[in-house]
Amino acid sequence: MELRLTDTQYATIIGNCYDGLPNEACGLLLGPMTGRMSGGVPTGVVSEARPCVNADASARTYTVAPKNMLQAMRAAEAAGTEIVGVWHSHTHTDPFPSPTDVRTAVDPSWMYVIVSLKHGAPQLRAYTIANEIITEIPVAILAR
Amino acid sequence: MLTDLVGVIGCVFAPAVKRGNPVAVDVKIPTVLRAQADGQASVSVDGETVGQVFDSLIAKFPGIKPNLIGDDGGMHKFVNVYVNDDDIRYLEKLETKLEAGDTVTILPAVAGGAI
Repeated sequence: MELRLTDTQYATIIGNCYDGLPNEACGLLLGPMTGRMSGGVPTGVVSEARPCVNADASARTYTVAPKNMLQAMRAAEAAGTEIVGVWHSHTHTDPFPSPTDVRTAVDPSWMYVIVSLKHGAPQLRAYTIANEIITEIPVAILAR
Repeated sequence: MLTDLVGVIGCVFAPAVKRGNPVAVDVKIPTVLRAQADGQASVSVDGETVGQVFDSLIAKFPGIKPNLIGDDGGMHKFVNVYVNDDDIRYLEKLETKLEAGDTVTILPAVAGGAI
């Protein structure tokens, strides 16, 4: 699997991460899944990047506001897509899943995007986290 | 006679009282739980309250129980449940009453962080 973001979606995600400073920022990725009847697997295509409220309002943790989850689930249902992943920022650490990220990873099929703002330029990486096993997946930024 | 008349009027004008009959509601299931629900994104089950709907859901799909109910018998802490637009944590939790046509949405709590 490869995460494929349009340059607009990429800009939305990075902009959201900077907007969230000094706190961590987060958002949800919507897109198509294959094999939905068996739980589904993302294709890697993203139809929408939806910035969300970090209910924790914290520089060290995030929780996607439940109301945003509800809205995203409804938007996905209306569009015939699914929630296929989540992004969040690491303001002062590398773009690698923390023990908290691994412990709380909710869906083994999702793409987990982490944007590090530790260095001068943002670094975006994507992973799957299944049974506490972290697997990096490639990211393609597509000109739209 | 007068008593009978009052009785009749009372019957006609008595406020509607919920009789406690189970009502059918739609339950939206997130992708992560669909494998335990025969792959369904939405199911219709009966229940007067969210707790009863959970019972019906668990009777239908026993494998879903550990994801809905915590060790203390209450709602699992990694699950959020909405009735229509309202989070049941701010209503009556599992005792939240339902009406026919309500939609119960189960959502995973999505969290993490740098630490």
